[in-house]
Order: sequence, then structure tokens, then C-alpha cells
Amino acid sequence: MAATTPALSAAETRGFWKSLRGREALSFYLFIAPWTLGFLAFILGPIVASLMLGFTQYDIILPAKWVGLKNFQDLIADPLFRISLGNTVYIVLVAVPLGMVVSFLIALLLNQKVKGMAAYRTGYFIPSIVPAVASAALWLYLLQPQWGLVNGFLDLFGIKGPTWLASTTWSKPSIIMLMVWASGGTMIIYLAGLQDIPDTLYEAASIDGASWLRQLVHVTIPLMTPTIFFTLVMGIIGTFQVFSVVFVLTDGMGGPLNSTLVYLIYVYRNAFVFFRMGYASALSLILFLIILVLTLANVRLAGRWVYSEMETE
Amino acid sequence: MATDTRVQPAPTVAAAQPRPLRGRSGLMAVFRHVILLPGVVFFVIPLVFMVSTSLKALRQIALFPPELIPNPVLWANYPEVFHYAPMHLYFVNTLFLVLPAIFGAVFTSSLAAYAFARLRAPGKNTIFIVLLSTMMVPAFVTMIPTYILFAKLRWVGGFKPLVIPYLMGSAFFVFLLRQFFLTIPRELEDAAFIDGSSRLRTFTGIILPLAKPVLATVTIFAFMASWNEYMGPLIYLSNKKQYVLSLGLQVFTDAYGNEWGLLMAASSMMVAPVILLFFFAQKHFVTGITMSGLKG
Repeated sequence: MAATTPALSAAETRGFWKSLRGREALSFYLFIAPWTLGFLAFILGPIVASLMLGFTQYDIILPAKWVGLKNFQDLIADPLFRISLGNTVYIVLVAVPLGMVVSFLIALLLNQKVKGMAAYRTGYFIPSIVPAVASAALWLYLLQPQWGLVNGFLDLFGIKGPTWLASTTWSKPSIIMLMVWASGGTMIIYLAGLQDIPDTLYEAASIDGASWLRQLVHVTIPLMTPTIFFTLVMGIIGTFQVFSVVFVLTDGMGGPLNSTLVYLIYVYRNAFVFFRMGYASALSLILFLIILVLTLANVRLAGRWVYSEMETE
Repeated sequence: MATDTRVQPAPTVAAAQPRPLRGRSGLMAVFRHVILLPGVVFFVIPLVFMVSTSLKALRQIALFPPELIPNPVLWANYPEVFHYAPMHLYFVNTLFLVLPAIFGAVFTSSLAAYAFARLRAPGKNTIFIVLLSTMMVPAFVTMIPTYILFAKLRWVGGFKPLVIPYLMGSAFFVFLLRQFFLTIPRELEDAAFIDGSSRLRTFTGIILPLAKPVLATVTIFAFMASWNEYMGPLIYLSNKKQYVLSLGLQVFTDAYGNEWGLLMAASSMMVAPVILLFFFAQKHFVTGITMSGLKG
């Protein structure tokens, strides 16, 4: 007699794969197979491996040696760890808010039926699509102390410009300047957000006699908080990972005197210049942890200041 | 899906323009231009000078105030670039990375995305949750382990580490495309099924053509990412003949530190295709950005 037990017999399992639902499941697995293969080999596998590598000493040639917490103890005593983290935090703290404020102001101005809006939008946006390496090369020229455009411009006002990338004081601001210049993507996100705010809200506000500023503070900004929050989180995550631009600007050294040694350059140097894979992995884990904590903290705090109506999926 | 409505506002803005301006808002309009115009100059002028400097001799570059339009215009930097470095090779090599990345986005990722959007199978939700959670893991976390893997496979020093992973698609694209496929009405496929079409035929014959706009966006995403890719080539390529454009620029920043004309000519060559693409597919750039802005 046919088995009535809840567990599937071998025949029934075979039957499942022949049934309509079984065939659907089979095509599901086939469809996701190529992606899954890549995902396991190049994403999930490496993520798991990275959790372990941080506790080893490994140079690829000799077998990995488990060293427990040694890498993390070394890291606390490593001045370059602190310097690189400090430099990165400096850049995050200045570049992220500055880029957001500039983008928001531009988006506000562009949102109000300006003549030539499309041209303006394109102009502000274009620097952000320039490949990072090319924009670094460009700014290398612009910031050239003797005949660079930036110091030439300052000269018009009788200001003698600094040596920018050659100065320990001005090297980080140089990088920040480039980042703000390339922040057009944020502006586009804000612009899209602003255009989603229903006109009726502004009409109601102006009937109530609210000035432009009051509308901004009481209508625009509150409604934009989800967007602002999103760009803040993404900005922090992205800026903590700044690499290519600084690498090209400083010839991979993070100079002068380590003043632009950002975190990922230090990871890069440990991993691919000194081949200290274990130590570099420990460094990566710390940065990952920082990003994770900051993101979660942001999400936590978001409840207090981010306006939300019904979530639209 | 929201992305489709996002593209709309531009025409409405244009349509609303003829609205008569009252006195105060007329003043506001002038005020806006007073701020916007110098601002846009700050954003655009560096690029103008990238091109302008690429057409100057060293002697002209040192002039102050700098000439916006060089006199005389010197084209020689462009052919000269090829004497210093095989830029044509770098172009070809870059395409060699770009095309698999696009394939991975358009085929591998969309195939998986379709499965996640439409097909039922045991374990599907678990797999999707794993996909979502790894999307938040930054790339640098996997960088070292993948390097070790490729070192063990003896792939370091060749294109494979920069091609194979991208052929396999990405979680981000799968997620993005799945969101789009969910918005396609099922009835369209059901009709095809009744006609006896297979899953794969339905996917390639019905879904992919319907998904053209989102596929274009994803293609641009993939193109931009691999055209700009720097850290990967830096780590994996050592032979100068295998350099891609992003690495090739280094030849001009490193050894010939003062050849600004050459550096700017080489940079312009790398930027030009991107700008060109932007003007042809502006809409997709903008949707791409707002779309990634929506995933949060």
C-alpha cells in the first residue's frame, strides 16, 4: 500500500521533482545556480574566511599560523593604525556633512522652476561620473602650487595659496575639496526627493502665511529626513572606504608624513606591500565593525528625527 | 515601481515654467541664478581645464592667468600619449573587463532575479535573506580572502580575478532586478505558459524585453563600476601590457611628473567615453542613482 507516513519516501521524493511544483523548484535552483556559484566562491566564502584570517599570521607562502588575539593587541599599539583611523575620521567628519549641505542647497535652488534647470543639473552632476582616477589626476594639476588653477584663483584675491598636497595641514582639505566636487549624486537624490513632496503641502503652508524659510524648516526638511538619513549613512559608509582618489593623489603613500594615510591605504600596504595578510585582515575587521556599529547606531537614532509616513514597500 | 514615476518630474517642471512670476519670486529667480551660476562654474571649470590643458605645451601651462582656449591649440599631446604608454592596449584591456561585467549584470543576475521574483522553491526565502545581508558587507572585507584564493589558483597577474567574479553577477543587481520583475503582471507569462513555452523561453522572450529600461540602467551601473575600477587592477595586474585605463593613468602621474599636458590628454581620453555615454543615456544615470537611493 502507498505510504501514509508524513515523511516522504524515496518514490515520493522522486515524484516531487516530477510534479509541477517540483519542476518549478528545479528551475529555480537552475536559474540561480550561476549566480550562487559566484556568490559562494567570491562573497560568502571570503566573508567567512575573513572572520578567521584576522586571528592568524599569514604571508600566503608559509602556512597560516593561529595567533589568537595577537593581531588585535599589535594593532592597539600600532601608531599608524591610530593615524590612519584618525585621518579617515577627519575626512568623514568634514566631507560627509559638507557634501550633504552643498548638495542640499543646490537641490533646493534647482527644485524651484529655474530657467536652464537641466543645464545646471547636468553641470553639477557631471563631476560625479568622472572616474575617480581621472578626477584625482585632474586635481593633481588643479592643486599644483605654482600654476595650478586653485592657487591662481586665490591669487586674484591677493591670497597666497598653500602647497595643498605637499602640506600636512592642507592635504586632507585637498581631498575633501575633491570629494565635495564629486558629490553630484547626492544632489540628484535630494532633487528626486524634493520633487516627490506634494505641491499641496506648500500651497497649504503659503495660505497659512508661512514664509519661504518657514516652509523649508517645517515642510521641506521634515519630509526630506528619510532621504537625508539615507545619504548620511551611505556617505559615512562610502567615505570610510576612500581609497583610489587618495592613492592616486599621493602616489600610494598617504603622504606627506602620513597626513593622508587613510584606513584602506594602510590595509592595502599591509596586505599587498608587506604581505601581512593576517594583520591586514584584522585591520579590515575593525573597519567593518566600525561601519557596522555606526550604521546600526544611525538606524537606532533615526527613529527620533526621521519623519516617516506609511512605508511604501 | 517608484523608479518609473521618478523619471516623470522633468516634463512637469518644464510644463510649469510659463507660470507668471510675481514681483518677489522674480527677484528670487535672479537671486537663484546669482548663486547657481558661480556654483556651476566651480563644478564644471575643472573639466574644461582638463581638456584645455591637454591642448597646451608646457610653456603655455605655466602662463598666468591661464588661457581658457589655448593659443595656439596643440594637438600633439594626444599622439604623444601613445608614445609614452600603449593607451590603445589599455582601452582594449578595459573593455575586456567591462563586457563580462555587463554580461554578469544582464544575464546571470537577471536570471537569478527572475527566479527570486517568480519561482517557488523550498529554501528560497532563506537564500534571499542571506543575499540581502551580504549586500551590506563592504567590498574590502572580501578583498584579502579573495586575493588569497586567486593566489592559490595562480590567477594573480592575469585578467581572471577581474573577469570571473563579475561574470557571476552581483547580489545588488539581483536585488534591483528582482524588484523590477515583481512589478511585471503575471498574466503576461501565464499566457505564454498555456501556449506551452518553457520557463527559459518565457524569461528570454517576454520578461527580458519588458525589462529593457531597467536592464539599461543596470548595464550603465556595471559599465561605470568596471570602467572606474582601480583597486582590483592595482592588486592583480603587474604586467604593463595588461594595464587598464585606470592603472595606465598612473604611468603619467608617476614617471613624468611634470608632463601635465600628457596627463590631461590621457585623462580626457578616459573621461570622454563616460561623458558621451552620459549624454546619450542621461535618464538611466539619474534613475540608477535614485534607484540605489531607494534600496534603503
